[in-house]
Amino acid sequence: MDIFLQQLVNGLVLGSIYALVALGYTMVYGILELINFAHGEVTMIGAMVALTVIGALLGAAPDLPGVLVVLAGILVAIPACMALAFTIEKIAYRPLRKAPRLAPLITAIGVSIILQNLAMLIWGRQYVSFPAILPTRKYEFLGANISLLQIAIVVLALAVMAGLWLLVEKTRLGRAMRATAQSREVAELMGVNVDWVISATFIIGAAIAAIAGVMVSAYYGLAHYYMGFMLGLKAFSAAVLGGIGNIAGAMLGGLLLGVIEALGAGYIGDLTGGFLGSHYQDVFAFFVLIGVLVFRPSGLLGERVATRA
Amino acid sequence: MNLVLESLRRRPRLVAILLAVLLAALPFLMGFGLGNAWLRVLDFVLLYVLLAIGLNIVVGYAGLLDLGYIAFYALGAYLYAWLASPHFGLHLPFWAVLPIGAAFAGLFGVLLGAPTLRLRGDYLAIVTLGFGEIIRIFMNNLNAPFNLTNGPQGMNLIDPVSVAGFSFGRPLHVFGLTLPPTYFYYYLFLAFTLLAIFVAWRLQDSRIGRAWGAIREDEVAAAAMGINTRNLKLLAFAMGASFGGLAGGLFAAFQGFISPESFTLWESILVLCMIVLGGMGNIPGVILGAILLTMIPEALRYLGDLQRAILGQVVVDPSDLRMLLFGVALVGMMLFRPAGLLPSRQRRREFAAEEGLAEQEQANLYDTRN
Repeated sequence: MDIFLQQLVNGLVLGSIYALVALGYTMVYGILELINFAHGEVTMIGAMVALTVIGALLGAAPDLPGVLVVLAGILVAIPACMALAFTIEKIAYRPLRKAPRLAPLITAIGVSIILQNLAMLIWGRQYVSFPAILPTRKYEFLGANISLLQIAIVVLALAVMAGLWLLVEKTRLGRAMRATAQSREVAELMGVNVDWVISATFIIGAAIAAIAGVMVSAYYGLAHYYMGFMLGLKAFSAAVLGGIGNIAGAMLGGLLLGVIEALGAGYIGDLTGGFLGSHYQDVFAFFVLIGVLVFRPSGLLGERVATRA
Repeated sequence: MNLVLESLRRRPRLVAILLAVLLAALPFLMGFGLGNAWLRVLDFVLLYVLLAIGLNIVVGYAGLLDLGYIAFYALGAYLYAWLASPHFGLHLPFWAVLPIGAAFAGLFGVLLGAPTLRLRGDYLAIVTLGFGEIIRIFMNNLNAPFNLTNGPQGMNLIDPVSVAGFSFGRPLHVFGLTLPPTYFYYYLFLAFTLLAIFVAWRLQDSRIGRAWGAIREDEVAAAAMGINTRNLKLLAFAMGASFGGLAGGLFAAFQGFISPESFTLWESILVLCMIVLGGMGNIPGVILGAILLTMIPEALRYLGDLQRAILGQVVVDPSDLRMLLFGVALVGMMLFRPAGLLPSRQRRREFAAEEGLAEQEQANLYDTRN
């Protein structure tokens, strides 16, 4: 029972990070029907920039409280990622808006290769470690160990999601975004500056990705130029699981995928009588994903798209 | 220049003969001009052309976005290794193993296709991607409880192709020349690639090919016209997969060694980039895409020499810069030709029509304003 609870907690923490990255995929997909392959790399850049700032701050003023230093890292990483996403959209996606559907997918892949290798040139091939400056207190809860960091990640992630929810549902920009997602042409006729809304969507997604990047590097204690790829893949899967284009779906899908993965890693050995070990956790996650999509072809919360003629 | 092209167009037979001579002489030109390393690259170009032609059937003809295509390549390669290496002590000849490998991969194509028939567009993409990863993870871990794939170390000592007692694995000494195995594999790969191109080309305008086109453009309308969309989609998966399996078997025989690392998601993505960049659905385009995307990273290996020549020293390690510039080339070429380098006639028309439509709409808008 305590293994179950422990893995559930781990899964929720990981899942809330997936959910944050998934939001970026799903928002862009909702408006442009584009798989923004470079989004995982934006997350990675966020983590790297934050780590650089944290390292510099620690070098300049080693006595600053750790939480403040990390906060400063996040606050620099957010605008950096926003600027990056804005530039990517402008250079690589906007000129292809009327091109065949797969063309922007290829430029997205190209951008993701570029960002990965730029990061490798700047930060090197080796793992960059996250300095141990955050409090490491642990709480016991029904036999499961929960660290302060884990609680902070989940709380912050929920706060960001709530913020995004308010933004999309209650503000003028949010309404413009929803209108653009429904029909770009009609939104344009209603006076929505569609180009600007699309830029804003990318920027908001990138800001959230920056936060997620710092979270994931703090959680695992390291960052690497290649980390964005797997993270992006998982997050995109989460977005699809929840129903791509649907913001609540991305949150649900992210949390679910995290929990499934963690429970899979904990129990897959017992379930298969020791035949499959915990290194099959990704297989488990993908099987669940495929299973869900076979029975609900447009994701858990995705609208049932009527087959149009 | 135009005059030459025009006169060539009037003599298709002459073009065919010239092309045949060029293809036959190419390994010698490459081998003696640039060295055996480039001949190896040439062999890989042919393998990737084969893969791209296969994926083009799934994505280009039938419009099913497949991001796990490399799994079939892996299945073909592993099947070859199981049937022709000391691993199980089996040493079947290649002409027996390759068809089995293609059929094996084709079967998996149907297995993947069957549960995904209801999925559309990007949902299909993520499921195929998951399938590719599942296959790779199994290959990586199936060394226990029974050793099927030898895990991450991969399988080696795979039998080379041998024809009538002549093994492709050893260099041939003839007329004072030493011809390494890369020459023989070139002609073998060329034969299979030409066969694949022929099949794909004949399929394109056949009843099946036109049905695929109809499904790609509008599945509901296609079904309404009496096309059995289920069977045809499965057929597309199976055909594409068996091409991949064939390429995988050739790859295993050529390398003599395979490991899960050769079959990552990036490989699937790379093959997809080849067909989209070259011009989806158009065979010459797909071939061009495969040639370019295989050659560019190899050519970029010379960046170190280039830096030394221009700047007098190596400023940035070329291996660090190589993939970066590959990414830049990918983005640049796609922005330069959004419909692909050599789009099919139909696609070009569609693209032009859409542009024209947009202009027309713009014009109407201005009209009402005046």
